[in-house]
Amino acid sequence: MSEDEYHAGLPGHADFILPQPAAPKPLNGKRPIPMPDPPPAARRPRRRPQAAAAAPTEKHEAAEPASDDSHDGPPPARKPTNRRRAASGGSARTPSTRKPAGTPEPAPAEPAPAEPARSDSEAVPESAQPEPDAIRPEPAQPEPVQPEAVQPEPETRPETVQAEPGVIRPEPAVVAEPGGELHPVDVWDQRIARGLAFLRRRLAGAYEVDEFGYDPELTAAVFHPMLRVLYRDWFRTEVFGIENVADSGGGLVVGNHSGTLALDALMLTTALRDQHPRERHLRLLGADLVFRMPVLSELARKAGATVACNPDAERLMSDGELVGVFPEGFKGIGKRYSERYKLQRFGRGGFVSAALRTGTPIVPVAIVGAEEIYPILADLKPLARLLGIPYFPVTPTFPWLGPLGLVPLPSKWMIEFCPPIPTAHLTEYADDPLVVYNLADQVRETIQATLYSLLEKRPDPFGR
Amino acid sequence: MVSSEVAAPPRVVVVTGVSRFLGARVASRLAADPRIERVVGLDPHDPPPALAGLLTDVEQIRADARAATAAIAELNAEAVVHLAVTSAPDPHHGGRAAMKEQNVIGTMQLLAAAQGAGRLRKLVVRSSTAAYGASFRDPAVFTEDTEPRAVPRGSFARDILDIEGYVRGFRRRRPEVSATVLRFAPFLSQTAETTLTRYFSQPVVPTVLGRDARLQFVHVDDALEILHRSVVEDHPGTFNVAGAGVLALSQAVRRAGRISVPLPEGTLSTVAAVARNMGVGEIGLDQIDLFVHGRVVDTAKLVKEFGFAPRSTAAVFDDFIQGHRNGSSLTADRLAAAEQAILDSIRRVRAAAAGSPGDPGDPSGWAGSPGDPADEREAAKS
Repeated sequence: MSEDEYHAGLPGHADFILPQPAAPKPLNGKRPIPMPDPPPAARRPRRRPQAAAAAPTEKHEAAEPASDDSHDGPPPARKPTNRRRAASGGSARTPSTRKPAGTPEPAPAEPAPAEPARSDSEAVPESAQPEPDAIRPEPAQPEPVQPEAVQPEPETRPETVQAEPGVIRPEPAVVAEPGGELHPVDVWDQRIARGLAFLRRRLAGAYEVDEFGYDPELTAAVFHPMLRVLYRDWFRTEVFGIENVADSGGGLVVGNHSGTLALDALMLTTALRDQHPRERHLRLLGADLVFRMPVLSELARKAGATVACNPDAERLMSDGELVGVFPEGFKGIGKRYSERYKLQRFGRGGFVSAALRTGTPIVPVAIVGAEEIYPILADLKPLARLLGIPYFPVTPTFPWLGPLGLVPLPSKWMIEFCPPIPTAHLTEYADDPLVVYNLADQVRETIQATLYSLLEKRPDPFGR
Repeated sequence: MVSSEVAAPPRVVVVTGVSRFLGARVASRLAADPRIERVVGLDPHDPPPALAGLLTDVEQIRADARAATAAIAELNAEAVVHLAVTSAPDPHHGGRAAMKEQNVIGTMQLLAAAQGAGRLRKLVVRSSTAAYGASFRDPAVFTEDTEPRAVPRGSFARDILDIEGYVRGFRRRRPEVSATVLRFAPFLSQTAETTLTRYFSQPVVPTVLGRDARLQFVHVDDALEILHRSVVEDHPGTFNVAGAGVLALSQAVRRAGRISVPLPEGTLSTVAAVARNMGVGEIGLDQIDLFVHGRVVDTAKLVKEFGFAPRSTAAVFDDFIQGHRNGSSLTADRLAAAEQAILDSIRRVRAAAAGSPGDPGDPSGWAGSPGDPADEREAAKS
């Protein structure tokens, strides 16, 4: 059957064929279709029947939004331009599918099941899309057919409707191709404006910094999005027990430390920001080595960290901030891989006395996954002493691959917040070494037990 | 501290360092207070003509601290306000040697004289937040009882530690004298001239690479108010005096519309030393320590005791910027204009890019307001 024959027979087909190709229309298009522009030769024959439909196209344009309205708000806004495009360029594309669809039966059958998600199938629905555009008006032409053409429409509706919700995002992309940059521009224009305003605020110094140097704007706009990629896509972090972190008020989050570089602290911060309903920001307490290094100290302060000392911890906690501390310190992050998930000594329990003095609840947290990111096989002590750092790690990748060795292995992370330990009733014991030591021990035991239970949940360190 | 007698303002006040910005102003304010009968200015130098007008009501004794013993005893001074503390060596007046002579030896002699003055009830000493030193293990916020972890490198900071040491000795020996030590953050105002104001007035400001110090300032007017209150009222103890809030150094440079040039710490020290020798810059180790470590103090004790809160650091800095407009290149206005220009040009370029292949029939164009899509939707619906 030739194209012309096919189109001559269209009104008849329209009854039940056309609605089906209409279905995938809104679905397709994560990306603009690479315009399978048919050779002009192929375009000609298609044009001719279209030419007949040219006038209807106009009519259809007017009619179309009305039909679109029924299901969704935003799409109609974009569609008018889309349509105009589809009428000229889109219809030109149709023949490519028309040809396989030479027999009318397979044609409708094919696009209907086509899954919009698959990119290769996109070509089919997309090129099928103009079909309704171009053709629906055609039934409109011969008056008598109209009622029949209307009948299938309801059939289409439900399909489109159910597709629509998912479409909201792809939609602009669909438009992006035929409509030029017309529509995404609204998004991009806003993004550019927002980016420029951010840049201007930064350059003019029009932002606030707290007395510890924490810069909330920079953290939210730059640090957090970067860390979140690592947190979500690289480490696939799972978080449990986030409800154990209070919505407001001070808290001391005590975790196990591991992983050669203190990525676990950063991931814990990201987890709290990402998962907690109040997006609480964790104020980390860092070793003074961090604050000795030029660039690192600046970044750490801007991200809300401060030196691990009791005055700062107590000030933050009495201000109602969430403070994160890793009492193992360098003993924790610098331990060998063979020692993994074995908690080290908890220092002198200074963190407990700070919590007791301010009556702040202690939230033990177990972090599984950091041990595998840079497994330490050996520690070159003399070199470390020479460089003035606490340890010099040798990992399977580190000194050998140079800077590439800094890429963490993609282990699977799990973070579990344990129920808080109240300390408000122990305030007067802040200077009692026995109480402090026992409480530190209780925190340590809790973390160790939680670590083991998490490890059972995660049989394969690099799974999923 | 003691009795009702102390609560009354002192009748005779001796102020040191009246030839300088702060001293002259404090003395003139005290002289204007009707409760104080006599204000005597003690200074080895004549005040410059600009300050002389302030000192018309102040009796001036041109003598150094060596002669203070006789003066304080003769005058029956009831209060001594010690402001003759220099924060930076002045190459025209003897440099560092003269600075140390004045700060350390001067304080020692003045306090010795004060110790022997029987009628003395009150001592007010100007100190500085530099007393907290500079160390990487310092807490972020200093309270008055924080001890410095190491002897600082800067000459001024070391002098301050010495001065405070002498005051501690004086307090031990004359416990009935109410001694107030005020640790001031760096002064700023529209008109004040200090090392820091000159630093921030440069068009290009050198900073330390990889460090962003947290700074606090105090307005000169607030400092005067605090000094005045500590003379006429009774506030024994040591107090931090600073504006609430914090500015990062980079932020301050940006707000002033200056351009910062981050230099590695070593290079900055060298450059500063060379510049000092050539007599151009005056960035000393004090400033470098400040720019590396930053310095933030807790002023809760001051606010509680004096019932007066100095204006915030950000407000002080704004006031300073008002008086130092020329020399700034990246002002907020210019940045806003640049932002608008870039935004417009991007819109124009994109309009052109979209317009050429696109249909000319599209009426509104997308470059308009974000309200466009909504309008289109409206149009579509109707």
